[in-house]
Amino acid sequence: MGRSYDVKDLQMWEARIFEKVQEFGLNCFPQEFELCDHVQMLSMMTYHGMPSHYPHWSFGKSFERTKTFYDHGIQGIPYEMVINSNPSIAGLMRDNSLCLQILTMAHVYGHNDFFKNNFTFRHTEADLVVARFKSHADRIRGYVEDPSIGQDAVERILDAAHALSFQCHRNQAIKRLDRSEQIDRAIAKSEEEEKQRKITATKIKEEGPDLYKIPLEPDANILLFIRDHNARLAEWEKDILTIVHEEALYFQPQMETKIINEGWACYWHREIMNSLDLPTDIHMEFIVRHNQVVRPIPGDLNPYNIGLALWDRIEELEIGRVRDHNEDKQQLDTREALFEIREVDRDSSFIRRFMDREVMEKLDLFEATPEHQDWVISKISDDENWKFIRNLLATSVGLSSIPVIEITDCNAHGSQTLQMRHEFDGRELEANYAEKTLEHIYTLWGRKVVLETMMNNNKTRYSFDNSGLSITADLIDSMYPAFDYP
Amino acid sequence: MGAVFRPYSPSDSLQSDRSSGDRQRHREKLRRALKENIADVISEQSIIGRGADSIVKVPIRGIREFRFVFGQNTPKVAQGDGNSEPGQKVGKVKQDSQAGDGEAGNMPGEDYYETEVSLEELVEIMFEDLELPDLESKPLRSIEAEYTHKRSGTKRVGVRAHLDRKKTVKNRIKRKFAKEKYEKNSAEDDGIPLEEEIVRKRFPFEKRDFRYHRHKPDIRYESNAVVICIMDTSGSMNVMKKYLARCFFFLLYQFVRLKYQQTELVFIAHDTLAKEVSEDDFFHRGESGGTMISSGYQKALDIIHDRFDPTLWNIYAFHCSDGDNFQEDIPKTLALAKELCGACNLFGYGEIKPTGGVSWGTPMLKHFDDISEKNFTTLGISSKSDVWPKFKAFLSRDRQKSDSSIDVFDPTS
Repeated sequence: MGRSYDVKDLQMWEARIFEKVQEFGLNCFPQEFELCDHVQMLSMMTYHGMPSHYPHWSFGKSFERTKTFYDHGIQGIPYEMVINSNPSIAGLMRDNSLCLQILTMAHVYGHNDFFKNNFTFRHTEADLVVARFKSHADRIRGYVEDPSIGQDAVERILDAAHALSFQCHRNQAIKRLDRSEQIDRAIAKSEEEEKQRKITATKIKEEGPDLYKIPLEPDANILLFIRDHNARLAEWEKDILTIVHEEALYFQPQMETKIINEGWACYWHREIMNSLDLPTDIHMEFIVRHNQVVRPIPGDLNPYNIGLALWDRIEELEIGRVRDHNEDKQQLDTREALFEIREVDRDSSFIRRFMDREVMEKLDLFEATPEHQDWVISKISDDENWKFIRNLLATSVGLSSIPVIEITDCNAHGSQTLQMRHEFDGRELEANYAEKTLEHIYTLWGRKVVLETMMNNNKTRYSFDNSGLSITADLIDSMYPAFDYP
Repeated sequence: MGAVFRPYSPSDSLQSDRSSGDRQRHREKLRRALKENIADVISEQSIIGRGADSIVKVPIRGIREFRFVFGQNTPKVAQGDGNSEPGQKVGKVKQDSQAGDGEAGNMPGEDYYETEVSLEELVEIMFEDLELPDLESKPLRSIEAEYTHKRSGTKRVGVRAHLDRKKTVKNRIKRKFAKEKYEKNSAEDDGIPLEEEIVRKRFPFEKRDFRYHRHKPDIRYESNAVVICIMDTSGSMNVMKKYLARCFFFLLYQFVRLKYQQTELVFIAHDTLAKEVSEDDFFHRGESGGTMISSGYQKALDIIHDRFDPTLWNIYAFHCSDGDNFQEDIPKTLALAKELCGACNLFGYGEIKPTGGVSWGTPMLKHFDDISEKNFTTLGISSKSDVWPKFKAFLSRDRQKSDSSIDVFDPTS
């Protein structure tokens, strides 16, 4: 350690890394590295690595928070910060040792390849990202500076929009039907039901579908729905909703691929570093750093650890043995299989497909339930429970950690009430947060908003209108259990 | 094809404090949050009686960003150290999301920030939107306090230290241009081009270029105020009652201090006899004896008479007691209270009855109803949380009074 180096050294090492990247067949965007100090790094983290970003107080909060943690040594700064753009931009901390810089560069290429090839990133338009964020920033600054709008008004909309930004469709690869297609589908479905009815000969005739309902099918894109259906919003307000939605869509895939992406980058930085013929001191430091990054964190989940373990398992199954990554060179055909997986999987599918009992035992994954103040292990990855735990993990990673809220109606009986439904999957909403978020929706919708969810096994309706919040639990159901009449 | 490297440049780093605007905005919001629960801060913190420059740590609720999130009672998947068995405890359920939680807003819970603010700043925040009632601008009560100088224009003679360099240089430049132009014109008239020579010539300052700052005396008027704290230290005043009284005096003192350049404090402790005491004694001295409120008022009047001439001083007197007074003393007390009202800008009586004590509506508070002086107010304090709202009400009630007194359309007048 303690080698001094300059930009020339870094360029030399980068050239060697890039040679390996090409040799291994990684398919990357052009890469740019920026040397920065820790304050710049903190700023980059605050603004998600974007060279320009619109202002909002929440970034100030986030900066203060990370800086406090850093200053007090609670949290280090990640070695690398890389954004999904073409060319890809990564920050290198200038205080890091040469070994860390080499490791980081190799790691960054792993992410870069993943960004370019994984299907979840297809919609992000990496070529235009930086310009788009710049344009967002300029527009929002323009609204703030506009004397007829001003900071407070912009903040009001931004605060509300931020609260809802990730309430959108989960899978951007699934095409959404437009309204006329939805109508066709509804009609087809009702005709099908009619046929069924004739067969089963039920007397009661179903009413046809209400084709004037908006939305016809439940809509999870809350921000866009409000933008398109609240005529009272000013153009600048609609623009802010669009901006926040676009940014959320951009960051969505990164949330969806945390484990697979970090695992991929770790896998390749190890591969590259091992093939570089590093001087002994650097190699030793690399081993130490690498193990720090991919070590398990008891009581928590380390995506680096889990991701790498899964990729290693895939490779092991592919070649039928555990490979010594330092000595044993990788085979070309295994690579092809890995490349395919990195293209078509996201965290949840990756876990479902490749997490088997062996890996889970190795990772010592368990289910913990809160009891009073403590997390207590309730199930471990044994014969009985490993599948359960795997499925629980698959349904709690990425966007699955965000509740699904869908708009079901916006004008029932001409009331212009925004009706929403929480797609209940056994996990209840945090009530206080739900109430406050509902208030944000009210800010944007401007008329009554209603959310249906389950609380303590009761159907509960939260509604917010100009007289404030009201909660009605569906008492009838709980007090008088429904009888099944024969 | 190699990657592009952007080398580090310190100047970029200095300029690139991109988050400063957002941090500023966040602090503004925190400050607002602090203001909103200032009542809690005042009653909970042991800030009373501290020096103005001391730092107090104030816990304030962070500004949360709400989203739809799942509650805490759902199971999670985590990793163990390799020997996990069912039933093991693995960490605490996070109540506070303070400790390193990566996804902002993902974990519900109370975000408590402990901000450090100076007492000065805290007081400023507290009183930002309060006004001192009937702050009299009696000219007699402000005295010519400071005699300083203020710059006002320039003059041609003076001492070197007062040289107005900017004007002086300007004058020289003016003169230079004028001279050049003149010489050029006359040269052209003469038909001899002499430009270059003119340019090269030395052009020194001359006496007529010099300008000196003119000074005029600046008289600042200083207003003086004295806060007279009168407290009952009879046997019935227990620690809690004294604490509440202290809170109130603290607020009053801080508030008056903000509005006047010089504020004096007088502490009078009384049981059946009144004594002027030091601040420390005032708050910490043990309590004993019966109560003769009139003694305290008499002492206050004596002190005002001896040291604080009402024509020169703005006097604020406040008396805290639990309201148990000797029956025989009441008429005298009322008479003296009226006298005090005459001498003071504001005279207040606070009756401290912690809840659970003797029933409300005690003689003293009732007797004081007889006093109709505009600058007299009474209030009752029963708990910690009462202090701030009562204090605010104390001030605002008074403002209403003074408003109505100048109401020309008042039918009764």
